[in-house]
Amino acid sequence: MASLKEMRNRIGSVKATQKITKAMQMVAAAKLKRAQDQAESARPYAERMAAVIANLAAGVSGDGAPKLLAGTGSDQKHLVVVATADKGLAGGFSTNVVRAARDRIKELIANGKDVQIIAVGRKSRDQLTRLFGARVVKTFELSEHKTLGLPAAQPIAEMIAEEFEAGRADVVTLFYSRFKSVISQVPTANQLVPAVVGAEAEPIDLNGAVYEYEPSEEEILETLLPRNLTTQILAALYENQAGFFGSQMAAMDNATRNAGDLINALTLQYNRSRQAQITTELIEIIAGAEAL
Amino acid sequence: MAGKLNFSLVAPEREVFAGLVDQVDAPGVEGDFGVLPDHAPFMTALREGPVTVIDGGNRRVFAVKGGFADVTPAGLTILAEEATEVSAA
Repeated sequence: MASLKEMRNRIGSVKATQKITKAMQMVAAAKLKRAQDQAESARPYAERMAAVIANLAAGVSGDGAPKLLAGTGSDQKHLVVVATADKGLAGGFSTNVVRAARDRIKELIANGKDVQIIAVGRKSRDQLTRLFGARVVKTFELSEHKTLGLPAAQPIAEMIAEEFEAGRADVVTLFYSRFKSVISQVPTANQLVPAVVGAEAEPIDLNGAVYEYEPSEEEILETLLPRNLTTQILAALYENQAGFFGSQMAAMDNATRNAGDLINALTLQYNRSRQAQITTELIEIIAGAEAL
Repeated sequence: MAGKLNFSLVAPEREVFAGLVDQVDAPGVEGDFGVLPDHAPFMTALREGPVTVIDGGNRRVFAVKGGFADVTPAGLTILAEEATEVSAA
């Protein structure tokens, strides 16, 4: 049985921990609001971009289509981009994404495909290098950037385009966590290359009119497609960030509640021990008095 | 729907402008152009330069860097890499 002093210390330490988790929860809640706004205001751009590409893709057909749009015609070499958070203390947030990616990667390897991995976020790097070692060809850390924006997404998109141009990848898939709500983030796989067109974006009805392009259709597509890559990655990063804070908020809320339960249990135990000690002392005094 | 042009100017971070206007002037890579309501379908890459939005007596100017303009029967969409409002007069 721990001494009363030890128990007092223990209760004190749990209380201190509770204060920290409570503070982290509140900070996460504040940041979540901002991240959510950011994710939402970035959506129109991504949607318009998808519509424009759908439009163009409908016009460019067959052999003339750029490879980023049409693919290389093979699906032997897979490049998997796994985006998670840099930090932990957010429940199973990063683990969930990595698990979804891991299952897919194992499946691909089992089917005899070549798989290369780009890890975005420190958690993703740590877990994936442990699982797949040398298959992780490149890692990006998001905490290098103060705020999440184009500068964070650009190098990742450039790297992907480079791998693709060099013929080291046929299919590029991005894993991230879709922000469904504060309490629900869904690990999602998104095929970046070849571009999936027309899933949600309807080509616009031109009423029979013909599009004019300046410069040519191909040239526009050539600059537009890499940009689309960046946009999709940025959108995923925004979703990830919102999801991370949501997940962290939930995790810290749980931790705070757990700490509360623990404090109650320990306090009860402490009071009991103290009462037992007092009773023992009283019995000793009474017994001593009777003996006289 | 004739008479007004449905225009939206979108940057990666947010939608900068959206609404019905009379005319939009923008800097295309092969020359500046103006878009009125019911313009023929047209798509062009953009240079760095000013996008002027004219609605009645109102003129609003946005500085736009890189991107695309897409004219469809539904309206004009400018996807800009960067866009900030310069002046409202």
